[in-house]
Amino acid sequence: MSRKEKTVKKKSKNQWKAWLYLTPMLILLLVFTVWPIFNTVRISFLCRWNPDLGAIVGYNYSDAMNGAKYQFGINNFINVFTTGDSFLTALGNTMLLTVLTVPISTMLALLIAVALNSIKFLKKFFQTVFFLPYVTNAIAIGMVFAAMFGMVWPNLARPPVSVGIINTIIEAFGGKYINWVDSGSSYWANIAVLVIYIVWNALPFKILVLLGGLQNVDKQYYDAAKVDGASRWRTFWRVTVPLLSPMIAYVVITGFIGGFKEYTSIVGIFGDSMGPYGAPGKLNTMVGFIYDSIDNNQGKASAAALILFAIIFVVTMINMYVSKKKVHY
Amino acid sequence: MKDNRKSYVGLRLTAGILLGTAGACAVVVGMLGFGLFALGTWLSLILVCIGVLALALAVWSLLLLAKIEDKLFATGATGEISRRERAQKTLVKAVLYLFLSVLALAMIFPFYWMLISSVKTVEEYNLATPTLWPHEFRWSTYLAAFTGSLNLGRLFLNTVIVGVVSTLLSLVVTVLSAYAFARLEFKGKNMLFAALLATMMIPGELFTITNYITVSRFGWLHTFTVLIVPFLVSVFYIYLLRQNFMQIPNELYLAAKVDGASDLKYLWKVMIPLASPTLISITILKMMGSWNSYIWPRLVANDDLHRLVTVGLRGADFRDTLTQLPDFPLQMAAVVLVTVPLLLVFILFRKYIMRGVSRSGIKG
Repeated sequence: MSRKEKTVKKKSKNQWKAWLYLTPMLILLLVFTVWPIFNTVRISFLCRWNPDLGAIVGYNYSDAMNGAKYQFGINNFINVFTTGDSFLTALGNTMLLTVLTVPISTMLALLIAVALNSIKFLKKFFQTVFFLPYVTNAIAIGMVFAAMFGMVWPNLARPPVSVGIINTIIEAFGGKYINWVDSGSSYWANIAVLVIYIVWNALPFKILVLLGGLQNVDKQYYDAAKVDGASRWRTFWRVTVPLLSPMIAYVVITGFIGGFKEYTSIVGIFGDSMGPYGAPGKLNTMVGFIYDSIDNNQGKASAAALILFAIIFVVTMINMYVSKKKVHY
Repeated sequence: MKDNRKSYVGLRLTAGILLGTAGACAVVVGMLGFGLFALGTWLSLILVCIGVLALALAVWSLLLLAKIEDKLFATGATGEISRRERAQKTLVKAVLYLFLSVLALAMIFPFYWMLISSVKTVEEYNLATPTLWPHEFRWSTYLAAFTGSLNLGRLFLNTVIVGVVSTLLSLVVTVLSAYAFARLEFKGKNMLFAALLATMMIPGELFTITNYITVSRFGWLHTFTVLIVPFLVSVFYIYLLRQNFMQIPNELYLAAKVDGASDLKYLWKVMIPLASPTLISITILKMMGSWNSYIWPRLVANDDLHRLVTVGLRGADFRDTLTQLPDFPLQMAAVVLVTVPLLLVFILFRKYIMRGVSRSGIKG
């Protein structure tokens, strides 16, 4: 028997065995991954006229089980935009947070990675410290940030009992305390706290990736730059950044994807009312919008999820296109 | 001569950095001390003075000493360049360490604040000027976190049950499919694997909506099953383990075959021990995933018997029953109890966590 025949025979013998090994995975995948892809698209186009409400409502599974008949239509997508301005609020908040946090955290992570790469003494210590936020619970530490920025303010008619540690530091430097997260706080104060928290949370992963990239950079390039008499600043922009560009592109793309799915950071700081006390939903995000209607209007939730998917897809494509032009592989 | 110079430069650098850091700290504490933190004006003033002095000393040791040193060691024309270069280098180093120290402080501060707030009394926490170090340690807050309405013990138990069972089942499913993809031959293998990888690009929210309907129809709401089963398959873990399995030489497999070992025996005796680092990575990431999961558990199992720890933590009402004031120390104690296991796991298994993380970009 030739070698080829042998492998063919072995192949056919192993066929059923391989599928047997794959069975548990395939069943679970079919039920919880493949079916949802089709079904979510399907129900996003299902809606019906509800005479009690006098409006077109999206698919609801318990109504469907009780015999409600749904028709094909794009009303769910229209409803997402037209019922109140909550989706536009969520879209605006999400975009603002993404546009602010991705550049800040990427730049900061790049600086930290470069700094870490050029020291020896205490390097391991700093690396560990900068990785700490990664292994924490986003909700739990969000509550710590809320406590740091928050005030103890039992009676709104009177000044707060305690303005909190961050405000105390601000006052120590001669500033005036700011209502960051409490009842009646301004939108920009809320956004500032969220940006600080999200950047704090996003740094470890970015530093890890960028530092890994830096450690693989050939020292020759720096020697060449030194021979040419290039300044540090010039070396950074002309040597380090281009050589790191694949890693930078990677952290920017994952940063954008994560930014558009931002949800738990806001829950951590403001609770699931998604806003300071007395203004629920003020800081809602797109993912939050989806979960708001998941209970009673799965059609609308699906439509919003598809819109989110489309936005993430388009932004990722733009990122890929830009990085194809700028990245030096 | 050269060694001598090196140790001298090192000494000067270390002294400069230490002095600089201490000085900066003293200045900050001193300035904060004015009217705050109850340090007293005179003490604050003295601290600021000491700080400024230390800073000046640091600058002196870093810059001026560079000149003296160059006079001592540099010779002739090259001395001019190397002196400037070295002074610049020292300055850059100092700036780097200052930059890293300030940011590292910002990274650690939330953990510090969480820890010291958890042991303060409510009265001390609510003082008009917060104390940086508690006057009085009240450890009983931690006991209250377990016994009070938060019922942290039950939350821990639920989370551990879900974490352990889902990790074990997930490992079985992952090992079997990774083995099939790495070692066995079957029609459409590459296509199936590519399709699996493609599902990783779709945001989870798309699945959640239909999965919510599915588990409601199955009657799984408010059970442990609903927290375990839908997330048993992780394409990323299968990918990770398959890569690891593929590195194991095929000769071992053939040798095992000659010895008459079955596929399963080979998998159990050879593959799994060899791939144990990856398996440990998967175990840790999966356990941390259960510990940190919030969105799905809140949606499908937010009842007293099945609530997971993160959901319970966020949903709890940390208000003093008498005064209706928020009880921040109690809240922080609960946060500490949720955070410490994670930090312990990180310290013990740092290597394994970093391995998984650098390749995924996803949390948990």
